[in-house]
Amino acid sequence: MNSLSKQKDIIGFGALAVIIIILPLFVESKYYFIVLNVIGLNTIVVVGLNLLIGFTGQISLGHAAFYGLGSYFSGVLTVNYGFPLWPAMLVGMLATGAVAYLIGYPSLKLQGHYLVMATLGFGIIINILMGELEQFTGGHDGLMGIPPLTMGGLAFDNDLKNFYLIWSFVFLCMLAARNLLNSRVGRALRAISGSEVAANSLGVNTADYKVKVFVLSAMFASISGSLYAHYITFISPSSYDFHYSIQVVTMVIVGGMGSLWGSLLGAGVLTYISEALHVAKQYHVIAYGVFLCLVLIFLPEGILIGIYNLFLKAKTKKHIMKADRH
Amino acid sequence: MSNSNYILELKDISKNFGGLQAIHRLSFQVEKGLIFSIIGPNGAGKTTAINLITGIYPPGSGDIFFEGRKLIRKRPYQLAHMGIGRTFQNIQVFGNMTVRENVMVGLHTKSHSGFLKCLLQTPMVRKEEKIIRQKTDETLKFLDLDSKADLRVAGLPYGDQKRVEIARALAMEPRLLFLDEPVAGLNLQETQEMSSTILKIREKGITIILVEHDMNLIMGISNIITVLNYGEKIAEGSSKEIQNNPKVIEAYLGKEF
Repeated sequence: MNSLSKQKDIIGFGALAVIIIILPLFVESKYYFIVLNVIGLNTIVVVGLNLLIGFTGQISLGHAAFYGLGSYFSGVLTVNYGFPLWPAMLVGMLATGAVAYLIGYPSLKLQGHYLVMATLGFGIIINILMGELEQFTGGHDGLMGIPPLTMGGLAFDNDLKNFYLIWSFVFLCMLAARNLLNSRVGRALRAISGSEVAANSLGVNTADYKVKVFVLSAMFASISGSLYAHYITFISPSSYDFHYSIQVVTMVIVGGMGSLWGSLLGAGVLTYISEALHVAKQYHVIAYGVFLCLVLIFLPEGILIGIYNLFLKAKTKKHIMKADRH
Repeated sequence: MSNSNYILELKDISKNFGGLQAIHRLSFQVEKGLIFSIIGPNGAGKTTAINLITGIYPPGSGDIFFEGRKLIRKRPYQLAHMGIGRTFQNIQVFGNMTVRENVMVGLHTKSHSGFLKCLLQTPMVRKEEKIIRQKTDETLKFLDLDSKADLRVAGLPYGDQKRVEIARALAMEPRLLFLDEPVAGLNLQETQEMSSTILKIREKGITIILVEHDMNLIMGISNIITVLNYGEKIAEGSSKEIQNNPKVIEAYLGKEF
């Protein structure tokens, strides 16, 4: 990375930090806090998923399951077994990573889109298990009374405190993703999506890297799921169905595949729009669909890069018109 | 087992695809520091030979040695770590990345930080990154790509993309470099530039195995030429010997009446 993009990163992350710190001053209703917190949770999942889909070119349709595993590990371990909170989150993250390894290893060894099929089936199985393993998970009625996270004497027990907690994690996850992307590993991942055979010829163990980035992205989802469980304090299988997997993939695409800041924007815009469109009542789904179509047709590279390109185009047009007049 | 002057040895390599015998009992030795060319009419088995040596698929029988070490059943990424670089007949650049980033991937084997270290950007990562940048700059300069370093490769002309592929492989500091049709699709001027580039690479002491259809290039820069036809070696020697070899003339032009 050259010094210019390094500078851009410092500005970007600085701005993000400032916005996170001062934003709550301008938010008054509890409702908007919830929306912002959900955006944060989704962003963590989408950043991880973008590492897999956008940068490495491998598709997962089962991230709801990894998100759910995080939630359920945290919920079940703390409620049923009295586990301490942070260690439960860590156990959840490691266990989710291990599960992802077991799914990813065989399906990524094969050439072709086997990961899509494997994760699709896996996601559905996990979702069913959440409902059926009643003695552990509380079944379809869900699991109640999950304690909020604490740090020292501070309990994250309201929307504002959770805002800072969740968005601190967003900040850290994005920073870690940025570090990864600017390193030899990140370049190797992008090389895999560019040409797997060439990446291999340059010494990248592509099969191994694909499994590892899949595990990493599952862990991101798991962290987010744990935060969700401790924030809402109640979890049930319906939050982790196939629709959620599709939703986060859509956020990656709308935000921009292979764009880190796009992940934040994709999660933000789609979470907000799906909330805002509730005014359309029964036409909600149609309106959401129309919005997606418009983005894919007019901004196929995602909204962040798409709008930037439109801006550049307008600028060049202005220059040309100016030159014509002279 | 192996003469230390030879960097690469093929011993009795055969490969069948179903009923088709693509390579039949092929043997040759490549001496260190030379440009060794493989030619032959279409379908002679050149690409199959390259794919066997570079680990794309294993041979049916026979042995391959690189610096005296067995190559068979090694995966392509392992060959890179051993010091074998290659380019591709149909361009395989990372179009979504800049020229500089493409070359930086070439330094993958020269650095070691894993996922966790890179996520946390430890001091080791930063140290390696510095070395990668510096070596990348050197490689870019060597191939006159420094003015295009920050452009996306997908938007570059064909000839530049071919040079990016070579730069990427050179960054690995390989001891053996395969060039699979490096001038296919290039115009006359680009071909001449490529020819001097290849000679420059040899000057660095890198052994080059060249597969090419462009006879002017082959005859101009090769030290040794091996001719394949129907999966067998029919001749080997200097460009003069090859040009006057009746078997080679027959393979390319047919029998004289």
